[in-house]
Amino acid sequence: MSPLQRMGRWVGQHLVLMGGLLVIVYMFVPIFVVVLMSFNKPKSKLIYRFDSFTLQNWLHPCTDQSMCSALSRSIQIGLLATVVATVLGTLMAFALVRHRFEGRAVANLLVFLPMASPEIVMGSSLLALFVAAGFGGQLGFWTILIAHIMFCLSFVVVTVRARLAGLDNNLEQAAMDLYATEAQTFRRVTLPLVFPGILGAALLSFSLSFDDFIITNLNAGNTTTFPMYVWGVAQRGVPMQVNVVGTVMFLVSIAIVVGAELNRRRQEKALA
Amino acid sequence: MSQVAEAPEKSGDVGAYEGLRIRSLTKEFASFTAVKSLDLDVPSGSFFALLGPSGCGKTTTLRMVAGLETPTSGSIELSGKDITWDKPYRRPVNTVFQNYALFPHLDIYENVAFGLRRRKSKEVDRSVREMLQLVELESQTRKRPPQLSGGQQQRVALARALINSPEVLLLDEPLGALDLKLRRSMQIEIKRIQTEVGLTFVHVTHDQEEAMTMADTIAVMNQGVIEQMGAPAELYDNPETTFVANFLGQSNLIEVEIRGPEGDFVVVDMQGTLASIPTQRTHVQPTVGEKAWVGIRPEKVLIAEVGASIDAPGNSIPGGVVSDVSFIGVSTQYLVRMPWGQEIQVFEQNTGRRRLFRQGEQVDISWHPEYAFLLDHHQDASAGVDKVDAPS
Repeated sequence: MSPLQRMGRWVGQHLVLMGGLLVIVYMFVPIFVVVLMSFNKPKSKLIYRFDSFTLQNWLHPCTDQSMCSALSRSIQIGLLATVVATVLGTLMAFALVRHRFEGRAVANLLVFLPMASPEIVMGSSLLALFVAAGFGGQLGFWTILIAHIMFCLSFVVVTVRARLAGLDNNLEQAAMDLYATEAQTFRRVTLPLVFPGILGAALLSFSLSFDDFIITNLNAGNTTTFPMYVWGVAQRGVPMQVNVVGTVMFLVSIAIVVGAELNRRRQEKALA
Repeated sequence: MSQVAEAPEKSGDVGAYEGLRIRSLTKEFASFTAVKSLDLDVPSGSFFALLGPSGCGKTTTLRMVAGLETPTSGSIELSGKDITWDKPYRRPVNTVFQNYALFPHLDIYENVAFGLRRRKSKEVDRSVREMLQLVELESQTRKRPPQLSGGQQQRVALARALINSPEVLLLDEPLGALDLKLRRSMQIEIKRIQTEVGLTFVHVTHDQEEAMTMADTIAVMNQGVIEQMGAPAELYDNPETTFVANFLGQSNLIEVEIRGPEGDFVVVDMQGTLASIPTQRTHVQPTVGEKAWVGIRPEKVLIAEVGASIDAPGNSIPGGVVSDVSFIGVSTQYLVRMPWGQEIQVFEQNTGRRRLFRQGEQVDISWHPEYAFLLDHHQDASAGVDKVDAPS
């Protein structure tokens, strides 16, 4: 191999590495900025620039009371929507996978529709529905919750259904054959095997709900969720505590992903 | 059966049948009838095989006994107790599933302990260890099912069912997923375990060799009904239908005309040669002039040079021409084309006392009359021939 070729190859190999690193930097710069800004003590509310280091944002996250109330509302809606959507969606997934009924194929298709339709369409039609039904004056926490449950449902059904479809239903018959009643079979065999799917669906639901802006904004009335709060303050200077919330959210996501990965590796090791 | 109604509810009473008793069991699905009015008695402690091609209703029957399928009508009794409508978990019956259906989220120990734990047994640990010892898996207790080989998983499935000491153990094509060599050794192993524990085994299979190796009694099923039931040798030697004759081993079925009974025999005109079939091997009304099938197993057919005396008291049938020779080692398989156009299969043991015949050679064939059987001409001569050797 000539030195020229060798150099070409070196460049080639490291170009890929360099390119990869750049892409990763590109992906993480915004998050890095958020983390950095959470330690920022700005001179002016209107200039978004790192001035000096402080822990004040972390120590007093609720300086702006309205931010914390919006945050807590988002968490409440997120948790409630997650619970309801996960339970309903799991039941629906079981029905779609386990039972042969008239219109099953259509139902399977319809479940996809809310995922596929644009949020703005869903949001405005929901608003039209609420208004038409006479709830135009009561837009707020409950209408947001109803909207969130609705769009989370599709994702739950799809996630749990995939897990269920891969489940050998001989296993449940085997459990019944081994003296487990229907309830015991569900608790000892079905649930443990479907649980990863349900957990995934729940996490997905929470993040979808917490994050939603368009549908929420249309159906919120005077109520403010965290994304709406950030949108609102963005025009007059974002308090640095928003970055604290962003950083915490990011850390929680990382913890979940790393935890899931470690768990997967541990299981794989046990199977090796 | 009136006996069903009169049978006392408590098991062990005098008069109750000790074993599995099935009466007029029928299972209809939307488009077809899987099992048609099936009657079956499986004596307690026996190794019973339900043998048939895929789709014959054998698995459906097994699943009805397990309670995993609801019968359309009929009854299933166990030691005199009617269990027809009981939930699967209320029956003293356990199943070894076709693909084992081991719980992937539980280790081997917990898989085997599953049934005992559901019944709140106090002896879980001791029983599980004993059972794992019986199936020689005591070193694998903490592994998960996917970590084991096919043969080991099969043994776990067996242990998981056996540990509950069911009155009847059901085996649904238990060896279908194993390769041939492993299947042979597992057949012997399962038979050994059955003898050791002395429980009633009902085994469903499409593999006639497997059924004959393991079972005391075989019921051959076809299209939802039992064609014939008996000990393996009995079924093989004296099949009552063309299906059994072809499905269990191979048979030559030759079209004949009945000449009528004569003493303990029925005389038939077999394409110009008179032959006698013992009456107890005649499974058709001997109406003079009616057509019938004479069946003879290939290894019972004797082959000789033209005019040579054959060691058989009956007539020898002349005019055969060897059309194909396969030397297998232990035996030689000939196809002999007869004057009426049919090719007769002949298996000859290679004892070394006789020479091989070549293709195209003229030969005579014959057999001992007591080996032949006479079957109904209305039955399809090719029924049960093209059995696929794949698991159903």
